[in-house]
Amino acid sequence: MSAGCVRSVVVLAGGLSIEREVSLRSGTRVAHALADAGYDVDVLDVGADVMTDLRSRVPDAVWPVLHGAAGEDGSLAELLRMLDLVTVGTAPDGCRLSWDKSVAAAIAATLGIAVPTAVTIPVAMLRDIGTRHLVPAIAGAVGPAVVVKPNRGGSGFGISAIAGADDLPEAMMLAFGHDSVCRVERLVTGVEVAVTVIDTGHGPGALPAVEIAPCGGDYDFRARYTVGATEFNSPARLEAAVADRLAGHAVDVHRAMGLGSLSRSDWIVDDGGVPWFLEVNTSPGMTDTSTTPLAMTADGTTLAQACSELVEAATALPWRAPALADGSPLG
Amino acid sequence: MTATRIDPWHNAYARRAAGMTASEIRALFAVASRPEVVSLAGGMPPVDGLPLELVSDIARRAVAEHAVTALQYGAAQGEASLRDAVVEVAAASGVRTHAGEVVITTGSQQALDLLARILLDPGDVVLVESPSYVGALGVFRSYEADIRHLPCDAEGLLPESIEGVVARERGLGRAVKLLYLVPNHHNPSGVTTSSARRVQIMLAASRCGVLVVEDDPYSLLGFDGEPGPPLHALDPTGVVYLGSFSKTFAPGLRTGFAVAPPAIRDKLVLAAESAMLCPSALSQQVIAMYLREYPWRNHVKGLRELYRERCEAMLAALAHYLPDAHWQAPRGGFFVWVELPGDTDARALLPRAVAARVAYVPGTAFFADGQGHSHARLSFCFPPPVDITEGVRRLASVVREEEAVRGAFRS
Repeated sequence: MSAGCVRSVVVLAGGLSIEREVSLRSGTRVAHALADAGYDVDVLDVGADVMTDLRSRVPDAVWPVLHGAAGEDGSLAELLRMLDLVTVGTAPDGCRLSWDKSVAAAIAATLGIAVPTAVTIPVAMLRDIGTRHLVPAIAGAVGPAVVVKPNRGGSGFGISAIAGADDLPEAMMLAFGHDSVCRVERLVTGVEVAVTVIDTGHGPGALPAVEIAPCGGDYDFRARYTVGATEFNSPARLEAAVADRLAGHAVDVHRAMGLGSLSRSDWIVDDGGVPWFLEVNTSPGMTDTSTTPLAMTADGTTLAQACSELVEAATALPWRAPALADGSPLG
Repeated sequence: MTATRIDPWHNAYARRAAGMTASEIRALFAVASRPEVVSLAGGMPPVDGLPLELVSDIARRAVAEHAVTALQYGAAQGEASLRDAVVEVAAASGVRTHAGEVVITTGSQQALDLLARILLDPGDVVLVESPSYVGALGVFRSYEADIRHLPCDAEGLLPESIEGVVARERGLGRAVKLLYLVPNHHNPSGVTTSSARRVQIMLAASRCGVLVVEDDPYSLLGFDGEPGPPLHALDPTGVVYLGSFSKTFAPGLRTGFAVAPPAIRDKLVLAAESAMLCPSALSQQVIAMYLREYPWRNHVKGLRELYRERCEAMLAALAHYLPDAHWQAPRGGFFVWVELPGDTDARALLPRAVAARVAYVPGTAFFADGQGHSHARLSFCFPPPVDITEGVRRLASVVREEEAVRGAFRS
């Protein structure tokens, strides 16, 4: 049985975003872990009746494991706050800051963290001024080898790594299929790592970094969600000083944006040991192939224990106003 | 430090499992199951139109009165009572056979799998139409066959293409094992192969010595009620005919059948035995009783009218919202194969479409060689006409958005 004051938990998953399937996998895994820990768990597929469903169930705590828009853009968090439900995760403002990759990168940069050169292009700009001059300008500003991604969204949808400007239009088209804003980022080579930060009431702390090495090709949708297609090292094979610096950066990002009890930030550590910030997620994947569960269990803790700690801590952690709330947060 | 690939058995899989990976497209379809989304993607028949009280009663009696057979192992070839009934069903499609030639399978999909199992070695060539049924391509791929698409037009496959491709492949030392066709209301193209073409195709296949697999789930669902002459009737020794109860009765019962020449039938039965021992005896009992007790032809006639109405709704919506797209009006079946306007890429468009609450299957799914980007398969079988119209309207709106973005890249 659960040891704390929480008995019943509703895990919110699914929804209508294109990350629905990934979310259902994540939610199911979290639910199983919580059930193993002794909680009475329901998985609720988020739809139009979500408010009615939550009001009728009156759970002791809610864990939103909804990926993509609504789940990560602050909408769902806002709803849960209005319903005054004990919630695992991040407050609405933190969600909004992290959801927009360009905003998150700007905040990371002000913290002295290395961020790849990038441009953020709304589709409206293309329509307004055309691409004849714009595409060469993007290539000139960012470089020939770039990563093109939707500015909002995750799970590996709509991302391309390209070697030259000739491929830029197609890669941007792909990204625009997922978001009306696209981000073109200099391709940084190195070791790809993910750092999960949790706060169970003692302040945010970084779990061991997880190193991601796809077995052939990019860390794309196939490599992310096909079991066995990627090798993970947990903790990552980094020098101690680099690992410490990375952990510090991840905590700084988490704290600066007010990301509550859980976040996962994605980084490239280059050959010189410099961690480059890529993005941060407030509803990290919890699937069988996701890095956050690997980090949570790296020291031998069971996933049930780790999830239980987050749920119990949620009762004591009020929704936090992010640091941005008081005047200038970044200066 | 721990290095892991999560799956400790990642080195244990057969080579043919290498393609069994997570798919972005499949993940997108997870959204299509939500009621908020108009799904023009799946080929699901609306089973709520069945005489459900009767079917419930049959299912109850199948257990109450026939438990000794219905809940027991049965023959790998299938129960005699259903094979007898299949002879009658196949006759409605113009196929003359007898119960001894019939093999009952777990959906006609399993018949395809069993055929591939007994006929295909890795590297063997399978000839298919352009486009071809995605489920068949999946089976052929899983047996490591080389799939060759043959050209098609509004009358079906171009027969003159067969011999050239066969000669070329054989010249390269490859065995050409199968010609796989869906001659009636094709999935996905909707095309019905003309009678003249059918004769020419069979003559060419016969000259080449290539076995024909005639997949025929839709022949009874022609809007004019007249199925085309089956290829099987032209050369029963050179054709394996596949039929299904999934489109005309209930896919949940997972029951189909193959009509095969004796030697192939024997191999199919042995393959079925090793694959599953026997098909579901309970499903077979239910279907046999349904066919015996219910005027099933009337139900099929009702389905034809239902699908005709839905198809008309889809064609009208396409003409209204996407007049610059291209399609051939189907004469039956479930699908309209739409060439989207301009250089719209149906696969790239899908996330945008799903976000706009409409789903379809991108044309690339129906090719083994990367073709099909400009096409989408729209299914009219499941949503009611009002939803079909709304779905096409949503699709058109995202096509226009995509066109505007593509246009910007040309400016």
